[in-house]
Amino acid sequence: MPLKIAVASGKGGTGKTTVSVNLQYFISKSLTDEVLLVDCDVEEPNDRIFFPDSKTTSTLEVTHAIPEIDRNKCLFCRKCVDYCEFNAIVVIPPAHFAEINASLCHSCGACSVACREGAIREKPHPLGKITTVNTGIGEGIVEGRLEVGSAMQTLMIKELKKNVSKHHRDADSDEIILFDAPPGTSCPVVETIADVDYVILVAEPTPFGLNDMTLMVELLVEMGKPFGVVINKAGLGNKEIYSFLKEQEIELLGEIPFNKEYAGKYAEGKLLQNIDPHARRCYSDIVTSIERRLLQDEGINYFKW
Amino acid sequence: MKELTILSGKGGAGKTSVAASIASVAQNAVLCDDDVDAADLHLIFKPEVKEVHRFEGGQVAVIDEEKCTNCGICWSYCRFDAIHTKAGSGFYINAYQCEGCRLCERVCPSKAIHSYRNNNNYWFVSDSRFGPFVHAKMGAGEDNSGKLVATVRQKAREIATETNAEFIINDGPPGIGCPAISSISGVDAVLLVVEPTRSGLHDAQRLVSLTNSFNVPVYGFINKYDINLQVSETIEAFLNKNHIPLLGRWNFDVNIVKAMLEKMSVVEFAPEGETAREVKKVWEQLKSLMLTD
Amino acid sequence: MKTLITSTTSTPEGPFDKRFGRAAWFCVLDEKTGESTFIKNENAEGQSGIGTKTAEKVVELGVGKVISGDFGPKAKKLLDKFGVQMVIINEDLKVIDIINRIKG
Repeated sequence: MPLKIAVASGKGGTGKTTVSVNLQYFISKSLTDEVLLVDCDVEEPNDRIFFPDSKTTSTLEVTHAIPEIDRNKCLFCRKCVDYCEFNAIVVIPPAHFAEINASLCHSCGACSVACREGAIREKPHPLGKITTVNTGIGEGIVEGRLEVGSAMQTLMIKELKKNVSKHHRDADSDEIILFDAPPGTSCPVVETIADVDYVILVAEPTPFGLNDMTLMVELLVEMGKPFGVVINKAGLGNKEIYSFLKEQEIELLGEIPFNKEYAGKYAEGKLLQNIDPHARRCYSDIVTSIERRLLQDEGINYFKW
Repeated sequence: MKELTILSGKGGAGKTSVAASIASVAQNAVLCDDDVDAADLHLIFKPEVKEVHRFEGGQVAVIDEEKCTNCGICWSYCRFDAIHTKAGSGFYINAYQCEGCRLCERVCPSKAIHSYRNNNNYWFVSDSRFGPFVHAKMGAGEDNSGKLVATVRQKAREIATETNAEFIINDGPPGIGCPAISSISGVDAVLLVVEPTRSGLHDAQRLVSLTNSFNVPVYGFINKYDINLQVSETIEAFLNKNHIPLLGRWNFDVNIVKAMLEKMSVVEFAPEGETAREVKKVWEQLKSLMLTD
Repeated sequence: MKTLITSTTSTPEGPFDKRFGRAAWFCVLDEKTGESTFIKNENAEGQSGIGTKTAEKVVELGVGKVISGDFGPKAKKLLDKFGVQMVIINEDLKVIDIINRIKG
C-alpha cells in the first residue's frame, strides 16, 4: 500500500500549497521518485500553477446523479419535498410546477425513494474534472476541480481520492502520496484526511496562525490521526506557537523562514526556481523528520525508503 | 443603520486585518464575525463575553443497537459511505461522513435510526473596546451555515437598534456558498479584499459573479499591493471592468504582522503610518457612500 | 393584486425585514381590499436553500409583487419564472410605511 500523507492547515494563506509542492520536490530528490501530489483543494486547485511547463496527460469528467422530475408523471404530492433535507426541490401544486435545483442537491437519493409515481429519475450532472499532470517532479500532480458554483466539495474530493486509489493500490509499492488538503476544518478537510497515515499541519507563528492550528489539532486528536507541525514564515511572528507545541507535546517537523522575495515568487507562480540554500536545508530537515517519525510509527515499520 | 460586509473568498488575503482596522476607526458600530470556520477577529477584539448561546448544526444519524436487526438496508441506501460494518456484526454510522440526508432513517424497517442535531457550536454576545461584538465558534468538523450567519447578523441588528448604533460591520465567511450569500443578503455595501496572487484574482472573480446577482454596491480593496504589481494591475483592471470602485490599497507592511502579534489592529499599533491612514480614507469613503445611498 | 412585504414582526408597526429568505414574517397586502395578513415564514430557520423555499411559498400564495431588501440568485430566478415582480427597498422603514406608500 502506498503511504498517504495529508498537508493541511486551519485556514488558507499559511503556505500549505508552497509546502506541498516543495515537499514533493524534496521527497523526489532524496527519498523516492514515486511521489504523487494530489490537489484536494477542489474549489481553488493551484498546485499546478507552479509548474508552467507541465503537460496534462489525462482528463476525466466526473458526474454525480442529479434527480429530475417528470412533470407528466408528477402528482405534486410534495412527498419528495418533505424528504429533501437540503431544500433543493421546489413543487408548486397550483402551478403544476416541480423542479430540482442542482446546485442545492446533495445527490442523497432520498427523493427517488420518496416518489411512488416513478416521476423522479436521476441523470448524470457534471461535478468536476480530475486532471493528471506531468510536472517532471516525481509522479506529477492529480488535481480535482469542482464545477464553479457547486456546493459538492466533499463529494468531489471523494471521487478524486477514489480515482487516485484505483491507480495507486499496488500492495508492495513504496510510493508516497501527498494530499494537499483544502483550507479550514470542516467536511472537505475531514474527507481528505479520513484515510491518510499521517498529517502535516502547516502553521504560521502568529496569534491567528496559532488559533487556526489549535482548531485543526482539536480535529486531528478527535479523529485519532498522527500529525506533526511545519512552521511556515518562521521569524515573522512570535514564540507563542512554539510554547503551545511544547506544552501539547506536538512534534515540530521543521521551520521555513519568511522571505518577502519568496512571497513575490509565489505570487508570480515561480516556486521551485532558485530555492535559496537556507530554505533548501529546511525542507531537507522536514523530509528527514517525517521519515524518522514514520519509521517509529507502529504498523508502518515495513515501509522501506 | 447601515450594514457593511467584508469578503475575500479564500483565507489569507488579510480580510480579518482589514476588518479589525475598520472596526477601530468606525465610531458607533456593532461588530459581527460571520467567518465562523476559523474565526480570528476575537483574537484582536479580546471580547468580554456576556452571553453564550448554543447553536444546532447539521443532522447526524445514529443507529440504536437495541433495535437494529442488522438487515443492512440503510447501508445499501447510503450514498456517502458513512455506514460501516462493525468487527463482529452490526452497523455503525461515522458521524464525520454522515451528510445528514436522513434517508437511512426513512428506509430502516425497524425504526432503529434517528437523527440528532449536533449542538457543539456556540455563539456569543460580547463587549469589546471597539463596541458590541457578536461572534461564534463551531465544533470540530462542523460546517458554517447560512443559518448561523443569519443568527449572528440578526443579533447584531438587534443590538444596533437598541444602542442606536449607526453601523454594523460584518467580517464575512470564505467561499461563495450559502454562508456567503447569507452574509450579503440585505447589507448596504460589500468590501472585497483581494491579494495580488493568481488565486486571489480567481477568488475575486468568483465572488463578483456572486455579488453581481445581488443589488448591493461592491467596493474593492487590494492588500499587499506591492507584492506583485503586475497581478495588482490585472486585479485593478478586472474591478474597473466590473464597475467596482477601488477604495484603497495596502502595501506589504510589517506593522500589519507586528500589530497582529500584539493582538491589536494596525490602526492602534501604528496610528500615524501609511497603512492606518489608508484605512481611515477607506472608511470615510465607505461611510459617505453608504449614507448617501 | 396581492403584494408581499418581508417583515421582522407580525404587526404593521414592526420594522420591515430587508432579508427575503430569512425574513421572520410576511405581510400579504391585498391591494383591492386594503387588508393585510401576517404569515409566519416557516423556512426562515433552515440551514440552506432558504431563498428558493421562500420563493416557492410566494408563488403558492399567488402574490404578484414582493417587496424586500434584496433577493439571492436562486430566489430571483424562480420569482422571475413566475412573473413575480421584485421591488427592492433599501431604507429602514416600518411595514406600515410601505403599506401606506402602496395605498398612496
